[in-house]
Amino acid sequence: MLNLEVAGMYLRNPIILASGFLGISQAIFERIYDEGAGAVVSKSISRYPMEGYRNPTIVVLENKSYINAVGLSNPGYEAFSEEIKTNDKVPLIVSLVGSDPSDFEIMTRKLDGSGIIGFEINLSCPHVQKLGLEVGDDPQMVKSIVETTKSNTTKPVFVKVGVGSTNVLDISQAALNAGADGITAINTIRAMKISIDNFNPILSNKVGGLSGPSIKPIAIRCVYELWKKFKVPIFGCGGVSNWEDAVEFMIAGAASFQVGTAIGFGGMSVFNSISNGIVKYMERKGYQSVKELIGRSHKY
Amino acid sequence: MVDHTNTDILRSVQIEKVIVETPSIRTIIFEDKHSVASMPGQFLMVWIPQVEELPMSVGIKSLGSHKFGAVTVRKYGPGSTALYYKQGGERIGIRGPYGNYFSIPKNLRNALIIGGGTGLVPLVRLFGDLLHNHVNTTLIMGSRTRNEVLFEHKAQKILTDNNRNGNIAFSTDDGTYGFKGSTVDLAESILLSKRFEMLYTCGPELMMKGVQKLGERFSIPVEASLERYMKCAIGICGSCCINDRLVCQDGTIFDSNRLRQLTEFGVSYRDKSGRLSYYIPQS
Ligand SMILES: Cc1cc2nc3c(=O)[nH]c(=O)nc-3n(C[C@H](O)[C@H](O)[C@H](O)COP(=O)(O)OP(=O)(O)OC[C@H]3O[C@@H](n4cnc5c(N)ncnc54)[C@H](O)[C@@H]3O)c2cc1C
Ligand SMILES: Cc1cc2nc3c(=O)[nH]c(=O)nc-3n(C[C@H](O)[C@H](O)[C@H](O)COP(=O)(O)O)c2cc1C
Ligand code: FES
Repeated sequence: MLNLEVAGMYLRNPIILASGFLGISQAIFERIYDEGAGAVVSKSISRYPMEGYRNPTIVVLENKSYINAVGLSNPGYEAFSEEIKTNDKVPLIVSLVGSDPSDFEIMTRKLDGSGIIGFEINLSCPHVQKLGLEVGDDPQMVKSIVETTKSNTTKPVFVKVGVGSTNVLDISQAALNAGADGITAINTIRAMKISIDNFNPILSNKVGGLSGPSIKPIAIRCVYELWKKFKVPIFGCGGVSNWEDAVEFMIAGAASFQVGTAIGFGGMSVFNSISNGIVKYMERKGYQSVKELIGRSHKY
Repeated sequence: MVDHTNTDILRSVQIEKVIVETPSIRTIIFEDKHSVASMPGQFLMVWIPQVEELPMSVGIKSLGSHKFGAVTVRKYGPGSTALYYKQGGERIGIRGPYGNYFSIPKNLRNALIIGGGTGLVPLVRLFGDLLHNHVNTTLIMGSRTRNEVLFEHKAQKILTDNNRNGNIAFSTDDGTYGFKGSTVDLAESILLSKRFEMLYTCGPELMMKGVQKLGERFSIPVEASLERYMKCAIGICGSCCINDRLVCQDGTIFDSNRLRQLTEFGVSYRDKSGRLSYYIPQS
């Protein structure tokens, strides 16, 4: 009932772990899969190891949302490829981040042979200069990064977009023209938290990315517009906390959806509770396959 | 209105008092009801504005009849040093308490606690709780040298307050106080002459690994409090992972059964970037 194929990836269910959540170790990937995720996206991996920013790197807000500026800390593609070399169990999508096409060429070549099902290019990290959004706001750069990545792998390549200074539709257009198989929407949105007590911005980087229920309506809008315009596979992402949110993303046009922040509030059992909720909803509505949900709101 | 029941939300607290414990260790005391409700082994994330946010074991300190929250910090790198020099009246941010805590099985009759350095912060608290529960407890307090012995007076007072239903033994690396050598060697000699039902440990990982081995050899259950690099402390970033466990959420305390499955315990840890580093260089 929940299984589906998205851009050549066969998933047992449409619930995917979002990049940056718990995603640096093979043992944790296996645990997340055992907890019920349909697929797992790794932390964004770069050419060289990155330590990320100093703590505080995460601030918890009132409304089950976070602002984070972890700073893309990751072990680098060589150590990461060592990490996942035994993976034959977890449907793993590797998220890549870089500043020019050559970074993507080197990383894709190395990781393509690992037991992974696809790539996600992170063009939208809102708080690291020269990586992420700064790259993602330049359609010409997006085009050459996607072309380079595609020419070094036969696996599906998704491009993750964010709400930056360039329109989500324009960047997605550039990525799709260059051969991207699908779009992940959206990344976190630039945000801040300041202490009224000592006047300090709390994050060491001052500015971070907002995630969780606070960004969901914006993410839903992006997915809706993307589906309306392109009808391509979309991973919806941003504030999925329960099965109702998940269904909303799918009827807006998402083929699958990613879950991140909700893990901090509901633990790893969110994967199963979302699956169970969707199954019951589908039974109530009389649907046979979760694919029947995709883009359903566009009839109205 | 800010939700004061959500302990993940950073709260600003004013430092009530600072106590000098040793030449490099101080206890910072502040008003916080969530810390006062914490259990031994739990930790806070402590924000030192403009410098760092660090995990620190949470304690409770009574001043007169009032209970305060407390952290005991060893001056080490930039973060801990900045915290160490904070004065009464200044403010810091805290969130938590996080993590699980040491368990005291029903009908436990006696226990051996093995601690080194700031690992003693939660263990001295646990010592008090065990004695209070009428568990005959021996506490091994390890340090590098005599003037770095932490909480000696506090531990002695706990002992007197509880009719001396326990013992304290000291070990120093340089032999300036008590047993000369490691806490693990001292624990071994104690275990050879007396049977214990439970081992508790917190401190440097290779010391804890030694305690785990003693537990296996003498068939005694162990609880160890592990440290890994922490960023979020709320189970989302994965920075603190050891095998498939998150130290901030599934730990910090792991029992013998779990420790046996943690093949990285005493072998490797991840640095800030997530790369594996080894305690003993691999050939
Ligand atoms: C659960 C837990 C409880 C702790 N309780 C205490 C305590 O009660 N008293 C005490 O003095 N220290 C405690 N520590 C250690 C403390 O968090 C710091 O590691 C230590 O103070 C050094 O920090 P620094 O910034 O001064 O040093 P740095 O020079 O910046 O770092 C030195 C080393 O400290 C460790 N470290 C630094 N930041 C972190 C972090 N965010 N998470 C984990 N390790 C880190 C790393 O191994 C690093 O290599 C605890 C650590 C953990 C994980
Ligand atoms: C701590 C943290 C780290 C993140 N790291 C990454 C990352 O490395 N790469 C990436 O593409 N997105 C990263 N994100 C963004 C998430 O993948 C996701 O797009 C965003 O959090 C919105 O989804 P959510 O509301 O379900 O969390 C991170 C988010 C958080 C909170
Ligand atoms: S510190 Fe982030 S998961 Fe434990």
